[in-house]
Formats: sequence, structure tokens, C-alpha cells
Amino acid sequence: MEGMPSKIEKTKITGCYHCGESCDDELLMRDERNFCCTGCLTVYEMLNENNLCDYYDIEATPGTNQKKNLLRENRFDYLDDEEVISKLIDFKDEEQAHVTFFIPMIHCASCIWLLENLYVLNPGVLSSRVDFIKKKVQIKFQLKETSLKSVVSLLAHIGYEPRIDLSHLGEKKRPQNDKRLIYQLAVAGFCFGNMMFFSLPEYFSEEELLGNGFNSLFNYLNILLALPVVFYAATDYFRSAWIALKNRSVNMDVPIALGIISLFSYSLFEIFVSGQEGYLDTLGGLLFFLLIGKYYQQKTFDTLSFDRDYKAYFPIAITKMVKDLEQVIPLTKLNVGDIIKVRNEELVPADSLLLATEASIDYSFVTGEEIPVPVKKGELVYAGGRQKGAAITLAVQKSPSQGYLTDLWNHETFAKADQEDSLASLSNKISGKFTFTVLLIAFGALIYWSFSDISIGVKAFTSVLIITCPCALSMSTPFTLGNVMRIFGKGGFYLKNTQVIEKLAGVDTLVFDKTGTLTAPSKATVTYQGENLTDESKRMIKALVNYSVHPLSNRINQWLGDVKPVVLSKVEEIPGKGLTASYQSKTISIGSALFLGIGDENKAKHNGNEVYLVIDGMHWGVFSIASGVREGIENMVPDLANSYEVHLLSGDHNHEEAYLKEALGNKVAMHFQQSPKNKLNHIRNMEAQGKHVLMVGDGLNDAGALKAGEVGIAVTDNISHFSPASDAILDGEKLKLLPQYLGFAKTGRRIIKASFGLSFTYNALGVFFAVQGLVSPVLSAVLMPASSISVVLFTTIATNYRAYRIGLNDKHLMKWK
Amino acid sequence: MEVIFILIGVSLLMAGGFLWLFFKAMKSGQFDDQHTPAIRILFDQKTKNKANKKPPKKEK
Repeated sequence: MEGMPSKIEKTKITGCYHCGESCDDELLMRDERNFCCTGCLTVYEMLNENNLCDYYDIEATPGTNQKKNLLRENRFDYLDDEEVISKLIDFKDEEQAHVTFFIPMIHCASCIWLLENLYVLNPGVLSSRVDFIKKKVQIKFQLKETSLKSVVSLLAHIGYEPRIDLSHLGEKKRPQNDKRLIYQLAVAGFCFGNMMFFSLPEYFSEEELLGNGFNSLFNYLNILLALPVVFYAATDYFRSAWIALKNRSVNMDVPIALGIISLFSYSLFEIFVSGQEGYLDTLGGLLFFLLIGKYYQQKTFDTLSFDRDYKAYFPIAITKMVKDLEQVIPLTKLNVGDIIKVRNEELVPADSLLLATEASIDYSFVTGEEIPVPVKKGELVYAGGRQKGAAITLAVQKSPSQGYLTDLWNHETFAKADQEDSLASLSNKISGKFTFTVLLIAFGALIYWSFSDISIGVKAFTSVLIITCPCALSMSTPFTLGNVMRIFGKGGFYLKNTQVIEKLAGVDTLVFDKTGTLTAPSKATVTYQGENLTDESKRMIKALVNYSVHPLSNRINQWLGDVKPVVLSKVEEIPGKGLTASYQSKTISIGSALFLGIGDENKAKHNGNEVYLVIDGMHWGVFSIASGVREGIENMVPDLANSYEVHLLSGDHNHEEAYLKEALGNKVAMHFQQSPKNKLNHIRNMEAQGKHVLMVGDGLNDAGALKAGEVGIAVTDNISHFSPASDAILDGEKLKLLPQYLGFAKTGRRIIKASFGLSFTYNALGVFFAVQGLVSPVLSAVLMPASSISVVLFTTIATNYRAYRIGLNDKHLMKWK
Repeated sequence: MEVIFILIGVSLLMAGGFLWLFFKAMKSGQFDDQHTPAIRILFDQKTKNKANKKPPKKEK
């Protein structure tokens, strides 16, 4: 720590000027400002030199903590690889290149300001633009002045390391499709508005106001305006209806397409042949309202990703050893038999044999369990494990996509494309019968009238098709589901699309993963057995565990609470094993039994994680740390078990079974020692038995099960962090609200049914006039928008009222993490 | 009443012009990010107060 300000005894509790965290462990001073670590200080100095300290004025303590930021010079070397560069970069010419990064750390106005002033720090940067909601920054830089690698390492240096993962290196994302809908909506709105202008005089006794010349002019203008509506704005409905008919099924778009065609052709017939005015304004309004409904349903959560596979977790580059020389290569170029080096906190990218004497592997990605597992030389380390402690060397045994864990993705469940089985949805079930009934009535009316007057028959036939066009019917679903999805989103429950709601309403079996889903690291219980702990020894332990970032140390630290730590000397940590330090004349050590040489006679009898305490060579006591269930789960699971079949799948041994039975009730079927594949098969078997399974999980090991179930919910403690591919992402703190969410999904379905009833009433009313050949343009122009608007109002008010009643619409739930 | 012919033409042209402008704005990405510009506008004021600061770069 040469050249750094000296560490001083803290006098008062102070927050770091950069990140705002308390400077308990260590306090660094510069320019009369406090910093908690050298990382934060370095960032400050860098900004200070470049006159960028406005960063700290826009928002207080805008930085992210730099304590755990491991800066290693060569770790971005893979960004010099031409192949990698060409895949990452959006645009490139002779002089400049454009690149877009996803930076999860973007969280405040200061972040935007600093990132958009990157050109001050690196003159090669031409400009940078932040998209705050998507947490993305687009950087344009000059190829002669700087490189992709130096831009990325600059970002990493100032605490905004972009997330670059393997899935970026796949093919480029397809262009956004949702803009098309907005264009269609704009066209429909424009045409509808103008058609209303031209049609309005007809609704009154127009003859007195305007001559006949105007009348036909207005009709022809209406045809002109209807063309883009039918041939541009409505194309998606025709396509969808055609695809459904080709597959010999009927979806909601079939009656809509039928209605549009009959409206348009009958209007043309009226205008050109009968010299009447037609229903073109109704056609424009119909499309406009339909597209609004479609747009409303398309709510997406921009920053969330629902389709991450293992590639998104794995490092993009890996250090390969070639005759004692380090070489950073992209992971895609890794071959079986290569020797790789994995440092502290880095992921093992492929199943490999350990060449170093020992390693401590944290499989929290794989199993959710964050306590590292010791591995000996020659043993297999599975892909997805994270090394804790000194760097290790490994011999790659399988390619990254063939590993024990990643093999899941080669399973047939993942082979089939993400087919949206929209046929299962409620409205599509109805639409078949609906279309059939409408056609029956229409033909019935035609045949009835054809005995007396064929022209009234034709009019009645088309009127039925026009008036029953299921505008209100098809709008009730998107508006209800769109509302439900928004309400869920406010409550920390983010859905991939609205179809998930209907599936949620239909589930009858719930399957939970244990570690990380039902249990939470922050809920761990610590018990101590042994000699009494004096105040002094508590203070010593507190000081000791402060030095370690090991999860067990953190838990003991939490358990000790507000104890003032002493100042220790000669602190030594053997990562993954334990800590030793001196205080006055005493020596204090904590750690595993093996590390401290604890004999069998002193070993704790129960299973779990133990940390032993030794003072001056004497065995003093033992801390037992057991995982605890999340808050509210004790009530939630037995509650759910009353109305659903509940299963629990765990990768762990069954030593916690008794505890879990007690906490969660006896109705829960528990299955232990489940490998990722077991989990997947378990779900598939249940699905094969005709059960509708909801899987709730968190780790990559649940990825298969999440995919196999009817609905998969990924639980995560940090929304913008990792979550495996799933249908929905749920904030860990909100897991206890799952019964309410499930209940609300069912409420949503009931609201849709009620609004179906409402629109059927309108349709029946319309059909009553239509079969008599009494439908006029005025009647349809009033009835159709009125039915649509009342249905929309009904669903919106009903969903929000129900949400308010069960407490999902509360203000305090709305915090976005 | 013949003036209505002209008025209809003018009104259609104007409305169509607005539609075209909307399309243009969509294509240029004006509606892609509706949050950041609201924050960004506050920075410019801030930098003006500091004499030693380079003027912020103009974006296309």
C-alpha cells in the first residue's frame, strides 16, 4: 500500500465518499474525504485529475463499492481477438467503431453523467450515450486512437464494467419487431380519424347541408383511407388467421379477419353498386382499437432477460497455459486437453481435472449453496464452479457445452423451439365455437330471407358478420392480462409475456427448489456450543471474521451483531480453511476442523456447516450454521399445500429433512439428492401424468426443471443479476406473496370470462338487429366503439380493484430494486 | 361550399404530414429512450457554471 494514505484509527462512523458504505474496516483519507478502500480512492483520484468531480455533486455517493473489484491487467486480452471484436461491435468503418455495452451498475444520474463524459478520460472516445432504463451505453470511438480493449478496461477501472458474455458472441440480435405495431397503430389512427370526419355528415341529415357531390367524394376518400388500414394495419390478423386455418384450427384472429373482409367488401359493394355510404369508418375504428389492445399487451421488462442459458453465465475468455506462458483466449476456442488457469472468484468453464493440490469450489451457480466445497488434486471440477482462494490449474476434460451441467441444454426439452402454445388460451378456445355460431346465424338469416327477398338476405348475412366481429371480445383478453402483468410487475414479479398468466391460473402442482429458493443465505441460523464467550473474545472473533469474505465468516459476523472489534495483528487467512491472528499475548484461530486439527472427540455431532474456535491452542467451541428459510415461507408453503400438490426438490443430502418438515408442514413431498437431470425428469414425469406443474427455482441446476414445467419461475435476490431461462422472474423477498399471485392470476381469468359475457351481450343485441337486416352505418358506428370502450373500462377497473383488495397494488410494493 | 374541396385537401395533407413526421421520429430513435434525456438536460446547466469545463459534445 505504498504511496497510499495511511490507515488511521476510525474516530466516528463515516461513509465512503465514493460508494457510501461504512468505512469500518479501514479508512482512507484524501482531500478531507473518506474512502473505504483503495479501489474507491483510485476512482476518485482518476476523476479528480480529470476535473470530473461533478460526478459526486449530482448524486451523493454514486459509486459502487470497489472492494471486490479484482483488477487484473490481462483479463481483457481476449478483446484483441479480431473474431471477438467483430462479434461485439455494432458498426465499424475505416476510422471509427460503435459498440453497445450492457452495464448493470448504472443506477443514478451521476452514472449517466460520468459515462457520457468518457471522452474526457479517453480522448479516443468520440461520444457515449446512455440508455438508463435498458442500462446500456453506446460508445463511438476512433480506431486509431484507442481500442475496444482499452475502452472496456477504462470502464472497468471507473467501476462500470460492462457485462460481456458468451451469448453476445452468438448471432446478432434480431431487429426489434414491436416498431411495426406502432407504425400500424399510427396508420390506423390516422385513417380512422379522417374517416370519421368524412362520415360524420352522413349521420345527420346531410342532404340539407351538402350536395350529393360531396357525398360521393367523401365515400371515395373513405375507400382511399381504408386501403392502408386493410392492406397494412390489418395484415398481422390475416396472417395469423391464415396460419391457424392452415393448421386446421381456429384462433381469435379468424373471426376478426372474417369481420374485416366482410366489412370491407360489403362497403365497397354499397359504395360502388348501391351508391350508399358503407361501414368504412367502423372498419377504421375497429382496427384502431384492436391494435391499441395488442400494443397494451406487449408490455416488456427491458432490463430483464428471460432466455439466458448457461452461456450467459460463463466467462467469455479463459487463461490457457502454454508452456508456463499465460494466453488469454476466447472460450469458444477452448479444446479438450488444454491446461487452463482459474483465479480467485473465476468460474470454471468446463468439466476439468484439478492439477493443483487443492481447490475450494463454490457451486452456488449450480446448486445455490454458497459454502465452498473442497476439491483434491485429480478430482473432477464441474463447469459452473467458482474458485475461492489461490489460482488453480486444471486440465479440460469436456468441451464447455458437454459438461455435467451444460449437458442439460442438449436435452430434448431444449431442442424444441420456444413454441407459444397460444391455442391453450381461453379466448382461442372460445373463438372456434364463436366463429361456428356466427356463421350458422349468418347463413340462417340468408336462407330465411332468401325465400322472400334475396337482397335483404345478403344484407342480413353481411350485417351479422360485421356486427359480431369480436372486437370487444378480443380486447378483453389483452387489456385484462396487460393489467395483471403490470400489477405483478409493481409487486416484483416479472412475466415474460401475458400468456404466462393464463398458464399460472391453470397450475395444480407446485414444485420448489430448496437451496436459494426456499432458504435464503441471509436467514441462516448460527448456534454456538462450547465455553462461554466473554466480551473480549467476542470482540476478537468479530475483528477476525471482519477480515474474511467467506460466507460463513459473514454469518458469524452478523450473528455477533454490534460488537466493537479489537485491533488484531498478524492476521493470516488461508482461503476456504480458516483464519489466525494475534491479539495482545493471545493467538486466536477459527476455521474448519481439519485446519485446526480438531480431533473426533470434539467434533460436532450434527450435520451442517461448522466453524471451530481455538484460542491459544485450546478448543474453545464451535459455531453451527444452518440454512434458514426465507421470511414468510413457513406460512406460505403449508398454505399452498392445502390447495395444491406441493413438492420440494433439493440437490442436498437429507440431513435437513426433519427441520424442513417442521418448518413447511407434512403435506410437502420432499425429494433429496436430485441432480439437475433428476429434477428435469421429475417434472416431465409429473407433466406426463397430466399435472400442470409450476416450478420455482433459482440456480442453473434448476434450468431444466424450469423449462420442463408448464410455468417456470426463477427466484432471484437481485433482479438485474443472474437468473436461468424461465417464464417469470420473482424477487426473492416477494416469494411469500406467491399464493396471492397465483390467486390473482385466477382472478384475471374470471375477469376475462366476465368481460366475455359483457361482449356477448353486445353481440346478441347486434345480431338481433342484424338478422332483420336493420343494421345501419350509424348503429354499427355507435355500437362497436361503445362495446369496446366499455369492455376496456370494465377490465381495467375490475383488475385494479381486485388487486387493491388483496393488497397487491400497495404503494410500498412499488419499489424497483 | 366549393371551398370545402380545398379544405379537405389541405387537411389531409397536413394530417398526412404529421403522420410522416411521426414515422420519421420513430425511425430516428426518438422514442427508444424516454427516460435518459429527461435526466441529461439537467447536466448541461450544471456544466455551464463551471468555467474550466469543456462544452459537452454535440450529438448528431
